Amino acid sequence: MARISLKVNGKSRVVEADPSTPLLYVLRDNLSLHGPRFGCGLGQCGACTVLVEGNTMRSCMLPVSAAENKSVTTLEGLGNVAHPHPIQAAFVEEQAAQCGYCMNGMVMGAKALLDKNPHPSVSDIKRSLNSYICRCGTHLRVIRAIQRVSNSSVKA
Amino acid sequence: METKSISRRDLLKSTGVLVVGFSFFGTAARALAQGEGLSVDGMDPTVLDSWLAISKDGTVTVFTGKVELGTGVVTALAQIVAEELDVSFNKVYMDSGDTDKAVDQGVTAAARTIERGGVQLRQASAAARQELLKLASTRLDSPVDKLTVTDGVVSVIGSPSKKIAYGDLLGGKRFNIKIVAAGVGWDMKVAPDVPAKNPKDYKIVGKSIPRVDLPEKFTGEFVYSQDASVPGMLHGRVVRPATSISAPASIDESSIKNIPGVVKIVREGTFVGVVAETEWAAIQAAQALKVTWSEPTLKMMSGPNEVFDYLKNTKSFKDNVVTNRGNLDAGFSQAQKKYEATYYWPFQLHGMMGPPCAVADVQGDKATIWTGTQGPFRTRDSIARMLNIPPKNVHLLYREGSGSYGRLESDDVAEDAALMSRAVGKPVRVQWMRADEHAWDPKGPAQLTTVKAGVDAQGNVIAWDFMDRSFPWSESDANPLLASSQIGMKPTGAGFLNGAGGGGQIYTFANQKVLAADIPWVQQGQWPLRTSNLRAPGDLARVFASESTIDEIAADQHVDPVQLRLRYLTSDKRISEILVATVKKAGWTDRPSPATASTGDKVTGRGVAVANRANTMTAAVAEIEVDKTTGDVTVKKITLGHDCGLIVNPDGLKNQIEGNVLQAVSRALLEEVQFDSTGQKNLDWNSYPVIRFEQVPDLEIVLIDRPDMQPLGGGEPSIVPVTAAIANAIFDATGARMRQVPFTPQRVLSALKA
Ligand code: FES
Ligand code: FES
Repeated sequence: MARISLKVNGKSRVVEADPSTPLLYVLRDNLSLHGPRFGCGLGQCGACTVLVEGNTMRSCMLPVSAAENKSVTTLEGLGNVAHPHPIQAAFVEEQAAQCGYCMNGMVMGAKALLDKNPHPSVSDIKRSLNSYICRCGTHLRVIRAIQRVSNSSVKA
Repeated sequence: METKSISRRDLLKSTGVLVVGFSFFGTAARALAQGEGLSVDGMDPTVLDSWLAISKDGTVTVFTGKVELGTGVVTALAQIVAEELDVSFNKVYMDSGDTDKAVDQGVTAAARTIERGGVQLRQASAAARQELLKLASTRLDSPVDKLTVTDGVVSVIGSPSKKIAYGDLLGGKRFNIKIVAAGVGWDMKVAPDVPAKNPKDYKIVGKSIPRVDLPEKFTGEFVYSQDASVPGMLHGRVVRPATSISAPASIDESSIKNIPGVVKIVREGTFVGVVAETEWAAIQAAQALKVTWSEPTLKMMSGPNEVFDYLKNTKSFKDNVVTNRGNLDAGFSQAQKKYEATYYWPFQLHGMMGPPCAVADVQGDKATIWTGTQGPFRTRDSIARMLNIPPKNVHLLYREGSGSYGRLESDDVAEDAALMSRAVGKPVRVQWMRADEHAWDPKGPAQLTTVKAGVDAQGNVIAWDFMDRSFPWSESDANPLLASSQIGMKPTGAGFLNGAGGGGQIYTFANQKVLAADIPWVQQGQWPLRTSNLRAPGDLARVFASESTIDEIAADQHVDPVQLRLRYLTSDKRISEILVATVKKAGWTDRPSPATASTGDKVTGRGVAVANRANTMTAAVAEIEVDKTTGDVTVKKITLGHDCGLIVNPDGLKNQIEGNVLQAVSRALLEEVQFDSTGQKNLDWNSYPVIRFEQVPDLEIVLIDRPDMQPLGGGEPSIVPVTAAIANAIFDATGARMRQVPFTPQRVLSALKA
């Protein structure tokens, strides 16, 4: 066990954890941030995605010690039901989920994509989200939700 | 947890979003609304108060054994209740899947929930409305037929100032009336004598009301079973090799002694698990623990081919004949041309995105369980049997898990958690790891299907002999769950038939037999080849076989495949109508298959298939491209037609259809469980790939709404015709027939050579 300093969603947090613990379990169990989810623990599905210094990371594969003093953003850091992020609002508009278990990955993946490319084409979207699994088959709605964000930012 | 949900609800109330699945009333308030003397064995369905309560502010709380599985069904059920009671949608609160509060309405299996559970709630609501109008009639001194209801306020027609709200009529008090309820589970008929609203007057049913559960699912605020947490909770993981298991001969405790925080190794019968203070410690310990297993008595099969041989050569214990018309021998003897082929369908996974998870707190002879089961009462009873305590001592609270497609009817993880909690005397949270779920998912069973058909000199199909051979679900209602069987509990039944739909019984041929044979299978196998219901159980394989055969006959007779089908689709006009509407939308042109051969490496084709699942009619047109050099199949577009009678929520239905179609494409092209005598081979997403964004086709949906009909099961039936449509499109493109799923590049290449 060690004391580890993290910067999560803009706040400094100190946790007691085995430094080898994947960041995912620290976020979920120590900090009660349930946006990132356990889907495979193998880096294959994307359910655990967070942003570390603005880049997507599979938190199931990242020892918490490697995130020390880096800026971590989770799904909760984007917005909440009362004050949703435009991406979250667009997902609601498109009703772009079924069980929603994969949605952490979809929304965080969309965030990273739109930050770099505000007007992605459908094939840009497909390519950049190809490593995120959704077993319920909501892909078409996810694509529409991302296009909706991109279109509204044209008008803005 | 209750405290947290109150604040969440208050927060959301202010934003006008309805919360589902959390009790803001709590058991005490339930007692208040329903009075004392609650039946402890679940609610008495003949008491109206068991179904719903109306509070002073007019909020309607519905107590239901039906649960949200990520399909939007609880939103649709709330629409049905709001409609029947004439209250606005956001006044309806669904208290779902709490075994201390709800009537047992049977398991939630997506395709049956609206059709059966929806009608139960509609009738209970109609009975409540009738009673509320009776009370209002006295209070307003006006006959019932002079009363009208708007948004929960009863008024006298013509004098709108004479009015009273539901909340004032009844608020906080019981209805205290009996209703008729006969039968059990999803077959229960509730208040069948009470007239319900005329669908012509529907204002809420039929609207695309947004799902109540979705906003929180995009923000991390939604509480899944994976997020359930109680004070003092420990973490457990199971230890199950991906092969047949037997009692451990020895467990080397020193193998995990350097992992800090391990609390206990739990061993009972063949069950082994580890409990630790943190999740990471439990994961590491379960991985590191050295267990030497004794020689299993149950031998793993050597691979999929041995399964197909076994299916072919083993005598069935039950033959389910669903159609038997005319005289097959006579039909075949008159036939000019005969067709015969065998189709192969592999074991496939449900493949839940999130491995299952439950929290159990077993204290003495009482247990509290938070879990994502599709059958709250089935899981409760199974845990009670395992712990040897009365069912009423087990309180199960439903928390939604990841989409499960049938898998969580057998909610194994809840028992794992209960067993480990009992062993340590503390609450324990157990989540399966990815490999646990891939290996121990009770899979959709393999199928071997043979079709023989005969055609006379005029090209009429005059003989049809269809035989499907499959395994019953070893994990089904009557049987104990996995942990129970590991501690020695025995199966009580032979399992449940893997369906019998889709064998060509939609067509009317002069001489026709459709049979689904139940081949004996290991019951409650402590091996990865467990079986259970996977979306539209068995129908995909049977429709693959029957619709490929029809297509083969059409091609051989040089007839357009839609035209040939229409000749024999005479039993129900809804099915021919959905076929015609679908091909029209897809821009189908009348011609026989295959398409004129093109010379390039990449060839395109189109295929069609049609199906009836539990009276919901579907048709699919697939447009595909085959690379003849690599064998790669790309699905470009699917057009899917769907008629499930009355549509409750059109956008919700489309969402379900989209999901089912994409899952069907995935199962057709990619999915097969691999194993050999040493165990299962695909234990992660790389070795068991599923559809990804770059493989997603375009999709067009055709809905036929029939407001004059009852609502039928929606969504799931759309998974059924897709495989066959793709196979027929591959034939159209290449002239090669696919007989085995999945259509991997290798199989396509060998079909091209054949
Ligand atoms: S849980 Fe991390 S990628 Fe699947
Ligand atoms: S919505 Fe269920 S896995 Fe994506």
